[in-house]
Amino acid sequence: MNTFVDLYSTTSATAQLRRAQKITEEENEEFSDGSWGSQAGFGTIVKGGPSFMVPNVPDPTSFLRLHTDDHADPSCRIKIQHGTTTLAFRFQGGVIVAVDSRATAGSYIASGTVKKVIEINPYLLGTMAGGAADCQYWETYLGMHCRLHELRNRERISVSAASKYLSNLVYSYKGMGLSMGTMICGWDKTGPAVFYVDSDGTRMKGDLFSVGSGSTFAYGVLDQGYRWDLTDEEAQELGRRSIYAAGHRDAFSGNTCNLYHVKENGWQFVGNYDIAKMHYEGNGTGAGPYGYEPRITGEN
Amino acid sequence: MENSFALVGKGYLIVAADTTAARSIVKMKSDQDKIKALSPHLLMTYSGEPGDTLQFAEFVERNIRLYQIRNLYPLRPSAAASWIRRSLAESLRSRHPYSVNLLLGGYDIASDDPHLYWIDYLGTLSEVPFAAHGYGAYFALSLLDRYHDPNATLEEGLATLKRCIDEVSKRLVVSPDKYKVKVVDKDGIRDVEL
Repeated sequence: MNTFVDLYSTTSATAQLRRAQKITEEENEEFSDGSWGSQAGFGTIVKGGPSFMVPNVPDPTSFLRLHTDDHADPSCRIKIQHGTTTLAFRFQGGVIVAVDSRATAGSYIASGTVKKVIEINPYLLGTMAGGAADCQYWETYLGMHCRLHELRNRERISVSAASKYLSNLVYSYKGMGLSMGTMICGWDKTGPAVFYVDSDGTRMKGDLFSVGSGSTFAYGVLDQGYRWDLTDEEAQELGRRSIYAAGHRDAFSGNTCNLYHVKENGWQFVGNYDIAKMHYEGNGTGAGPYGYEPRITGEN
Repeated sequence: MENSFALVGKGYLIVAADTTAARSIVKMKSDQDKIKALSPHLLMTYSGEPGDTLQFAEFVERNIRLYQIRNLYPLRPSAAASWIRRSLAESLRSRHPYSVNLLLGGYDIASDDPHLYWIDYLGTLSEVPFAAHGYGAYFALSLLDRYHDPNATLEEGLATLKRCIDEVSKRLVVSPDKYKVKVVDKDGIRDVEL
């Protein structure tokens, strides 16, 4: 009944919105794209091509800033997923990518089973930190363009080129509220590669990165245990332990750890590990628990 | 907390920039090269807003290269400085200005002398005998006023630069530990280990 009333009433919010959308569609031609500053056009989806909805207000950027939380104003109703720990590192046997699986909205744990590794294609992985939607949408979009690159050039895109495509893309939206901190990992002609790309437009090549609120805790374990000539097993264990450390110490990270290993013939999902279980029991190989307390009491 | 220094000497110019890339309190990288070689005798350090820095530096790099391809000779340092300043000034009045601070140094092969230009994100350009950007400038500028000698040899110039780096390491709370140093003279550009 309510939907029926909404459809025909002239004063309801949806009716007003519909009217406003109709007006803007009609006036669409009179505005230049420049006055909007959005490369996606006028915020309508009538023009075709890949596009997404933009708030139907004169200045979508300030609208978004007003209604979403950030460090300056955490009280807003729309919370964007922030807390995370993700890490990736390069070593002799390829690339290890490890992430946690917790999604928080403010102090609420919205989910404990989030997939924070985005499988762009069989040779490329992206990680998710910051806005979950931003990362998911743009890394999937990146996957589309990587495929187009393959079709056009009869050759797989390099990790460097893919990451630069993403960095140029997010740079064009700079200052408009995008929030992502991601690592693009893969294997190309040059071997294993890891690039850090964030929504400031920063892009860096490196051996070892960690991103998110728990990154400092992950770095603490990762930096101390890292060597180039780690074996595959040692490297996977290091990734797991680092995510465990962050999941234990950072309130906004936790639940489980997803582990991936990129080798010459593409990535491979290693496993999903419960952080609480690792705390008390370790990784199941009998090497002992990861947690400080269980480890010390076990030794005595 | 990015720092960059530059100074001119007799027939050469030394440019140094720290090599850390930081995000919040985390050092993400410690071997980032923030000095671009724009042409065979032209160097530029860049610092400021993450993202803008590299994007602007690559924009400048490509345009300087384009000039050289079109005209078969590179832009002289003074002309390059003017062009870069104007690009920044035009960007400042745009919807999204580049927040980038630069030190531009080059050896003018036509007049056979080195030139150094200090440029900030507001589009200020000034030719100077020595220059610095970042918090390090508060220590280095007085030091260079006291110790810089435009007629010094390359060894003496590098020693003066070392004084700047040491002083900043000694007194600045969050000081970078590693610097990349490049020299340009009549023979072109080369890296130097301090």
